[in-house]
Amino acid sequence: MSTLELRGVHAGYGKAQVLHDVSIHVGDGSITTLLGANGAGKTTTLRAISGLVRSTGEILVDGRPIPSAPDAVARLGVAHVPQGRGTIGQLSVEDNLKAGALLRRDRAQIRADLRRLRELFPVLGERAQSQAAGLSGGEQQMLAIARALMGRPSILLLDEPSLGLAPLVTKELFVLLPRLRDEWGLTVLVVEQNADLALSVGDHAVVLESGRVVLTGTAREVSGHDEVRRAYLGN
Amino acid sequence: MNLLQQVLDGLGSGSVYATLALALVLVHRSTGIVNFAQGQMAVISTYVAWTLYDAGVPVWGAIGAAIVLSLVVGALVERFLIRRFEGGEPLAAIVVTVGLLISVNGLVSLIWGTVLKQFPSAFPPGGVGSGSGGTIGYGTLGTIGALLVVVLALNWLFRHTRLGLAFRAVAANPESSALLGLPVGRLLMLGWGLAAAVGALAGCLVAPKLYLAPEMMDSVLTYALAAAVLGGLNSALGTVLAAWFIGVVENLAGTYVSFVGGDMKIAVPLVLMVLILLFKPEGVFGHKEVRRV
Repeated sequence: MSTLELRGVHAGYGKAQVLHDVSIHVGDGSITTLLGANGAGKTTTLRAISGLVRSTGEILVDGRPIPSAPDAVARLGVAHVPQGRGTIGQLSVEDNLKAGALLRRDRAQIRADLRRLRELFPVLGERAQSQAAGLSGGEQQMLAIARALMGRPSILLLDEPSLGLAPLVTKELFVLLPRLRDEWGLTVLVVEQNADLALSVGDHAVVLESGRVVLTGTAREVSGHDEVRRAYLGN
Repeated sequence: MNLLQQVLDGLGSGSVYATLALALVLVHRSTGIVNFAQGQMAVISTYVAWTLYDAGVPVWGAIGAAIVLSLVVGALVERFLIRRFEGGEPLAAIVVTVGLLISVNGLVSLIWGTVLKQFPSAFPPGGVGSGSGGTIGYGTLGTIGALLVVVLALNWLFRHTRLGLAFRAVAANPESSALLGLPVGRLLMLGWGLAAAVGALAGCLVAPKLYLAPEMMDSVLTYALAAAVLGGLNSALGTVLAAWFIGVVENLAGTYVSFVGGDMKIAVPLVLMVLILLFKPEGVFGHKEVRRV
């Protein structure tokens, strides 16, 4: 587990500035939900942390500034499951999982982690030799999360895991998040449109609006906020 | 000449096509690009080997040094030229590799001139077998042996090593691979470097059969492209089998089909390439890309 902190982060694409002075603290071992309307800058926040988007300001892991290159950020223990999952469709399920552990040298522990993940997501064992592109959306999401865990990260960034999934599958994934956090020693920052579900499993929440943080607090505080109830929870 | 001899000769030339085709497959598997300059890069490597040999270095030493140098230069070409076009429009990468082909051709002519040079064979003269059974030269046997070593090594690299898995991951999805912590840039450089090294070997194998000239690999590139397409651009073993098939078919067609003869042999791989692209675009040994709809 680690802490993740953004201090006065600005980021964008070319001349289009998306994030303006964003400051977020994700506590050690917490699940923090990032909420906001389409275009609020949620995905850009995760991409800025991973180094996929250039940013200014400070992004700190355990108080230390993170590097700017995506591979160096990953080597620091930050795993990013992007929107659309980012599994490598041409590779088999097994190879995707092994690719997640390519930086590790502890072979015995890698095999043990593979076994644990196959127990957690049995379909990944059953379809080990299938091409990842042939999996259903839910299976691909499981694979994406499992592959991220194979790198033994301390911080997990999840971008819209519910995108394109049936409500029941989404719920199963979110119910699993606290367990993953505890068993794999994770600090989790999750971007999610389904605010109700995300807040129900999160410890803290941050609301973004037009690239600025407009509300932050515990999940309970944020879900009880009138504006949030109206805008994201539909009541 | 009898049928067996034609087949043996076809396997010999097919092995040369296969070696260059493997370089094409290597670049495609590790970076997703088809390098049209692969043959020309092999030519400059062969000229380097010839220069060393001409200066008194033993032929195997000259070939080895050229292979190592090609590995470095191939990596630098990726880093400083191809990198700018990776992940962009595929057409841009194609145009750049064609531009590289023309530039390297000009550079070779500028440095070494256009007069044909004789390149020594790394294998002894003579061969095995005689009479009606057909003869296979030591040169051909050596070429086939070198090819088998390369294909087995590549197969092992891509299927059974962590580096091979990293290559495959980076070629398929560089951004995702970077998020896994893979050093994408260095892997792309290494892919191009290895391909240039395999290409250098192809050039040094073909040069003794022909004369060393700036255009030496032009027709070989056509055959190699056909083999890579026929075998499936991602299958090393499929590419070798396809190259042997092409080598044998063009030899038989050149001998036994009157309108093909010696001059129309080059049409054989082109026709095969068109047919395979029409009816099985993923190649005979390639994998169909799965997409869930």
